[in-house]
Amino acid sequence: ETIFPLNGSSMADTGVVEALLRRVEKVDDGVDSLEVATSLELDHQVIVGAVKSLQAVGDVISAELRSSKHWELTDEGREIAEHGSHEARVFGSIPVEGLPQSELMKLSFGKIGFSKAMSNKWIRLDKAHEGGPRIFRTVESIEDQVREKLLLLQKGNASQLEEKEKNELKKRKLLSEVTVKTYWIMKGNSFSTTVTKQETELTAEMITNGSWKEKKFKPYNFEAMGVAPDCGHLHPLMKVRTQFRQIFLEMGFTEMPTNNFIESSFWNFDSLFQPQQHPARDQHDTFFLSDPALAHDFPQDYLERVKKVHSEGGFGSQGYKYDWKIEEAKKNILRTHTTAVSARMLYKLAQQKFTPVKYFSIDRVFRNETLDATHLAEFHQIEGVVADYGLTLGDLMGVLHQFFTKLGITKLRFKPAYNPYTEPSMEVFSYHEGLKKWVEVGNSGIFRPEMLLPMGLPEDVSVIAWGLSLERPTMIKYGINNIRELVGHKVNLQMVYDSPICRLDS
Amino acid sequence: MPTVGVKRDLLFKALGRTYTDEEFDELCFEFGLELDEITSEKEIISREQGDSKASGASDIILYKIDVPANRYDLLCLEGLVRGLQVFKNKLEAPRYRRVSPVNGEPQKLIITKETAAVRPFAVAAVLRNITFTQERYDSFIELQEKLHQNICRKRSLVAIGTHDLDTISGPFTYTAKAPGDICFRPLNQTKEYTATQLMSLYKTDSHLRHYLHIIEDKPVYPVIYDSNGIVLSMPPIINGDHSKITLKTKNVFIECTATDVTKAKIVLDMMVTMFSEYCSQPFTPFKVLLVFQELAYRTERLSSEFINCKVGINESTEKIAQLLTRMCLRSRATGVGDEIEVEIPPTRSDVIHACDIMEDAAVAYGFNNITRTTPRTYTVAHQFPLNKLTELLRQDLAAAGFTEALNFALCSQEDIADKLGKKISETKAAHISNPKTAEFQVARTTLLPGLLKTIAANRKMPLPLKLFEISDVVLQDETKDVGARNSRRFCAVYYNKSPGFEVIHGLLDRTMQLLDVKSARGEGYHIQAADDPTFFPGRCAEIFVQGKSVGRLGVLHPDVINRFELTMPCSALEMDVEPFL
Repeated sequence: ETIFPLNGSSMADTGVVEALLRRVEKVDDGVDSLEVATSLELDHQVIVGAVKSLQAVGDVISAELRSSKHWELTDEGREIAEHGSHEARVFGSIPVEGLPQSELMKLSFGKIGFSKAMSNKWIRLDKAHEGGPRIFRTVESIEDQVREKLLLLQKGNASQLEEKEKNELKKRKLLSEVTVKTYWIMKGNSFSTTVTKQETELTAEMITNGSWKEKKFKPYNFEAMGVAPDCGHLHPLMKVRTQFRQIFLEMGFTEMPTNNFIESSFWNFDSLFQPQQHPARDQHDTFFLSDPALAHDFPQDYLERVKKVHSEGGFGSQGYKYDWKIEEAKKNILRTHTTAVSARMLYKLAQQKFTPVKYFSIDRVFRNETLDATHLAEFHQIEGVVADYGLTLGDLMGVLHQFFTKLGITKLRFKPAYNPYTEPSMEVFSYHEGLKKWVEVGNSGIFRPEMLLPMGLPEDVSVIAWGLSLERPTMIKYGINNIRELVGHKVNLQMVYDSPICRLDS
Repeated sequence: MPTVGVKRDLLFKALGRTYTDEEFDELCFEFGLELDEITSEKEIISREQGDSKASGASDIILYKIDVPANRYDLLCLEGLVRGLQVFKNKLEAPRYRRVSPVNGEPQKLIITKETAAVRPFAVAAVLRNITFTQERYDSFIELQEKLHQNICRKRSLVAIGTHDLDTISGPFTYTAKAPGDICFRPLNQTKEYTATQLMSLYKTDSHLRHYLHIIEDKPVYPVIYDSNGIVLSMPPIINGDHSKITLKTKNVFIECTATDVTKAKIVLDMMVTMFSEYCSQPFTPFKVLLVFQELAYRTERLSSEFINCKVGINESTEKIAQLLTRMCLRSRATGVGDEIEVEIPPTRSDVIHACDIMEDAAVAYGFNNITRTTPRTYTVAHQFPLNKLTELLRQDLAAAGFTEALNFALCSQEDIADKLGKKISETKAAHISNPKTAEFQVARTTLLPGLLKTIAANRKMPLPLKLFEISDVVLQDETKDVGARNSRRFCAVYYNKSPGFEVIHGLLDRTMQLLDVKSARGEGYHIQAADDPTFFPGRCAEIFVQGKSVGRLGVLHPDVINRFELTMPCSALEMDVEPFL
């Protein structure tokens, strides 16, 4: 019967437990567990098991752990306790007529026993005896004190020996001193000599027949951990993505179709009024494609207007005044921002009667950059866009305030910045209470007329937009320092298993 | 974003006051700059080359300031100070004037038609009666370098050459010649070289070798001569030693050669406007007139209502004119309605539209002083249907006991082909032309390699490993304008001591249940045996929905398992998601 089902530790038999309790009943000031073991002729560990199982059922006994020094016979000591000391055995093996020394030395105890018996003057050696040296008894009888002392110790009566005597035996390697952990057992407040059999678990049978009412149940160990449920887990970055999506939806933003990683330079750069010599369009910053290398099928009228605003200006702009090349615009790339999709959506919007829109997207973008602990060649961009008549810079800051409030960030300030396709451009900073400083949390701006007017949007429509990365807030949220532990195949799955649900505002 | 390093004490002296680091950081923030780092030469050398190398270096405090990429007028101490002083109302924006030399004709630079084949444009100017000090000289050289690295696109668009005018005589000729026919003593060399020799000499030069490619394969190289045949420079590589400027130089001849004439003019304007304050008549460089009107001021007219409406403020016309003037855009209310006349100086090449003027008004007003408002835009939100389906599926796949992985969209050719026992030509993969490493050769065409790599990186985790991913792969598609499209996939793997085909098969059944597709041939879904080199023979099935194949499942081939550095059996499922929309 298992006493400790939760711990799965010692087994104790009811008979032993009850025998122990009967011993404890007889003494008022308690009893030592080792003494109980000796008297019941059981291994001490069996009694320890019984003590532990009694402790677990409540206040039947009180047991205090003690450690004490204890003398124990060595193997040689036990042999002597049984057969006598070597010198006594030597004395015993010598008949009245004596024994040749060579015969004695053939016995296992002969050599050691001989010298000891000699110094005790129990025997003598006649070296000149004819037929070789011969040994004779010198006394009638002897007293084997060594054996007697060891027998005393073996019976647990160590106190009858003086320390000096015990040390002497220890020196002869017949005794060793060991530390023993024992329990001092006394009656507990609810002491009883009988133990009710305890049930491990409630069973269906007990419920059916009502027997649970009479039964006692073993207590649970509430210190132990439970068993982990067998379950799947969502990836932390995706959990954060879900929350950002939720925020945009709560704010009435419609999701853009961003499932097109490959984009033409035209939609990724040219349509955004990003000049063709811009460093972002360099081989070192952008992934170009060799196959399919070029895009085709551009809206021709629009393309001409884009070309004109870059190379000559127009729509109130001086333009960049350079030789705009269609070849450059045709080059396929892995999109460097989801704003390429925003451009496609705004162009599409401009082709119908204008109605205000709010758009968002969260998807992958690609940069051919130097990689480090916080930068990968691909990451997720979060983007929000609002197009309406007469939107102001104050409106952009107001929308950003609402958006970031939903992330639990209320202290914002804005820094003038530069971006080729927004004017004004603002970097968004939030006050970090932990770091005690302002940290950049996003970028924002109002799309340039050189981007919007060639699309055909009405002149009095403003488009405000902002963006941030998904990885950074996720790394902060989940305390991850190396982005490779979060994204990609080197992910730490234990981290995925252990990550809590994502509540961005708490 | 370019970073400008300036000596703090020199900056404060020029600004006429000192700031604490915090105060200066605040000023930068307001103006749209960023105090990136406070350091010293000693600290920089010690960080980059070790303490021992830094022992003799200067410990004068340097401010490293990030400047917006379109503000070339803030790339040196002179420009920064001017911009900030005007912003703080401590200085009136200077007016730059072009003057003729007191005696004699303007200098001329003749451009020959041969340059058309290599570098067709050139503009030039002279800074007269300039006084250099060591610090001014250093700043002058540093500005050239900053311009070269930024607007000049590493000298490919524009290259600047500066010369001591008193060592040469005009008119100057900008021409192009065969490399073997150009011969001169280049800067800091003791003997003459032909252009051909120079190109091989500089092959190993840590600085100049980066510019050689600009002209290397051209039949002719650009070169500028004076009237006596002295070589001023061989742009965009190197100047001649003869005309090099020193601290004693009084008159500086500046030439900019270019493939983009607009940028050449901007660069020349920056060089002369920034350093004309050191001329005997400040802000009056003398310019060599070529085809173009230089040091041009432009006038724009706009209404204060335009600015008020775009920014979301309500200021008087006069106040707005004052705000703009603080941004070096000298402005005045014309008195005609709420019209403002704005003068754009040659230093502000970034102002190309009224919206740029509007931004400057907002910066001067202070972004953080603008009232934050809520637009009244009424809209109803819609989820992108594919993403909505993906979100719902992900939740239930995790509930089915599988853990979500998130892998890169880019990978090596090997990952999607060889390792899966397939040929790259069969994958319909989109290929990247400029990957820095093999990890970015192609866009993935299947999610399976990513999941197998995830398992390989997590082999210490307890078994079984049950992973899934719903994400996009990229396939070539001629019907699309870019020739490729994304395709949303669902992939799952089961990795354990036994293959567990029944687990993956069960997941397929569960997925179909979630998608409300019954198990039936014809109208529902069914699987049937298929051959696929990725899978163990006889252990692969194709998934059909309404008679159309949507994917495959099965036990992976041992070779595939080995190639992904795995040791145990593994079953997998990959299918399209879009048919279930």
